[in-house]
Amino acid sequence: MTTVAAHAGSARRAESQRAARRADKHQYPSAERWRRRAPLLPALIFTIVVTQIPFLVTIWYSLHSRNLLRPDSDIFVGLSNYLDIARDSVFRQTALNSVVITLGCVLVAMVLGIVLAILLDRPFRGRGVARTLLITPFLIMPVATSVLWSMAMLNPTYGLFNWTLGLVGIDPVDWTSTYPIVAILMALVWQWTPFMMLLVLAGLQAQPKDVLEAAAMDGAGWWRTFASITLPQLRRYIELGILLGIIYVVNTFDQIYLMTAGGPGTASANLPFYIYQRAFLGFDVGQAAAMGVVVVIATIIVASLALRLIFRSFDVKE
Amino acid sequence: MSTATATPAPPAGRPAPDVAPRRGASRGRVTGSLLTTLTWILSLGFFFPVLWMAMTAFKQENEASSSPPTWFFTPTLDQFRAVVGESGTYVANSAIATGVSTVLVLLLGIPAAYALSIRPVEKVSDVLFFFISTKMLPVVAVIVPIYVIAGQLKVLDNVWTLVVLYTAMNLPIAVWMMRSFFQEIPAEVLEAAAVDGAGLMKTLRSVLIPMVAPGIAATALICVIFAWNEFFFALNLTASQAATVPIFIVSTMTSEGLFLARLCAAALLASLPVILAGWIAQKQLVRGLSMGAIK
Repeated sequence: MTTVAAHAGSARRAESQRAARRADKHQYPSAERWRRRAPLLPALIFTIVVTQIPFLVTIWYSLHSRNLLRPDSDIFVGLSNYLDIARDSVFRQTALNSVVITLGCVLVAMVLGIVLAILLDRPFRGRGVARTLLITPFLIMPVATSVLWSMAMLNPTYGLFNWTLGLVGIDPVDWTSTYPIVAILMALVWQWTPFMMLLVLAGLQAQPKDVLEAAAMDGAGWWRTFASITLPQLRRYIELGILLGIIYVVNTFDQIYLMTAGGPGTASANLPFYIYQRAFLGFDVGQAAAMGVVVVIATIIVASLALRLIFRSFDVKE
Repeated sequence: MSTATATPAPPAGRPAPDVAPRRGASRGRVTGSLLTTLTWILSLGFFFPVLWMAMTAFKQENEASSSPPTWFFTPTLDQFRAVVGESGTYVANSAIATGVSTVLVLLLGIPAAYALSIRPVEKVSDVLFFFISTKMLPVVAVIVPIYVIAGQLKVLDNVWTLVVLYTAMNLPIAVWMMRSFFQEIPAEVLEAAAVDGAGLMKTLRSVLIPMVAPGIAATALICVIFAWNEFFFALNLTASQAATVPIFIVSTMTSEGLFLARLCAAALLASLPVILAGWIAQKQLVRGLSMGAIK
């Protein structure tokens, strides 16, 4: 994954300039260089060993036909695992599901998060309590969230959600098998909305007071103030929320494993779940590894764009 | 909960631009109370599934899975008793995996953050990029080799395997966060320490660590949350010996008989440590989740 760093390019120029200033233009004698590096090395070496070596092994596996149950059946097959992926319609479908689930969750949660943050930014009695209630979904263990939604909320016979729909005359729906992606999105959006709300709220509260006062003095209405002062200020918080949301949500596994098991069929499987299935239920190591490599390449492409954004966000703060 | 309510973030004297335009105070008041009501409805709505989970945990099984739902019932502690009785090993494993990995993350991460901020190495941004890029590496892409390697090293179903993996999982976040705290330390303080001839360890111990203690606490909180909740590694790399709390929750779902009340009790107890920590440390939570970008 070091390639990501190589791709990042101009975005980090400001960052390295700042570092350069602190570090007196990189010109240390060798002893001083190593004195500076020493505190970094344990963390760096640990991270390289634990995260990069398995990935190199993944690349190796992806060029082989290998079965988890018969470790000796290792044959070099070149790129044929990759060709299989290109022909695999399930892979394409689960890739699409990944995009739908990730973007669906992040965007809906962001819109709800903005609304809630604006509401919570007003002073009213008990605001701290309301905020505490609102962030709680994010603090629930994801495994617990998954079972809470798939059973207590969405179960077709005793689920609370269907009962509520019944009150307004809608027949019970078996959410996890009829609309599996919608069911997963409900649980995910519920969990991630508080996260987005917290970030946006931090942005709202970082607004310069004097500018808002001046706007009020000039008789600018709420909408005017919001559109021309608040929204531009919020922009980088929203960007950061979407970016971090994508990083976390794209790897969603717990909810899919526990709510729908990717089903019916593979209708609601995302890439992490599909790769897991191929490796641990299909025992097809080579195929799963090749998919992993493809996912990493896709991630590098997306991430090298995203990292620019991160660095911009982190730069602005100082 | 009282601590949480005591931390409404904005300062008291802050103007309220969003209490509607000033076209007559009474209209503003009406809009204001409507908005407040709406806020409460949404807050309670979001919280309600948690409340329902907690209520279900105090029911008997037949009340938990009844249709229509049971709203009034005699609370029982039966489910909690059963859960506490069965979950000992799982809790111990989770405590070790979470606690030890968090300590390791801090031991590795604090010096690294120091070398990326206060006395920086060359190419700071490349190193930072490397760390963050490992967070973008999909875990599924490495799970198979990890499984095979762990099998060959005979450390499958071993809680120390989880310790190592959780340390690697949280270290990049910790490095970024700790760096953002270190960067807030005024240069004069460090210069003073350098003039006094304090070495690295001395500077760390007597000057930096006390100043960034709140930052360390926030970093630890985030690491604890992620490690405590982790499911994917635990599912694939543990069996009976090293299984953690999330695995216990899944194991309460049996194929025979009703289990919803017991499941909710397990889910509630498992989430409780993180819920309480998050309620108490709301501000640190925001900073941690944004990896230090938002103060």
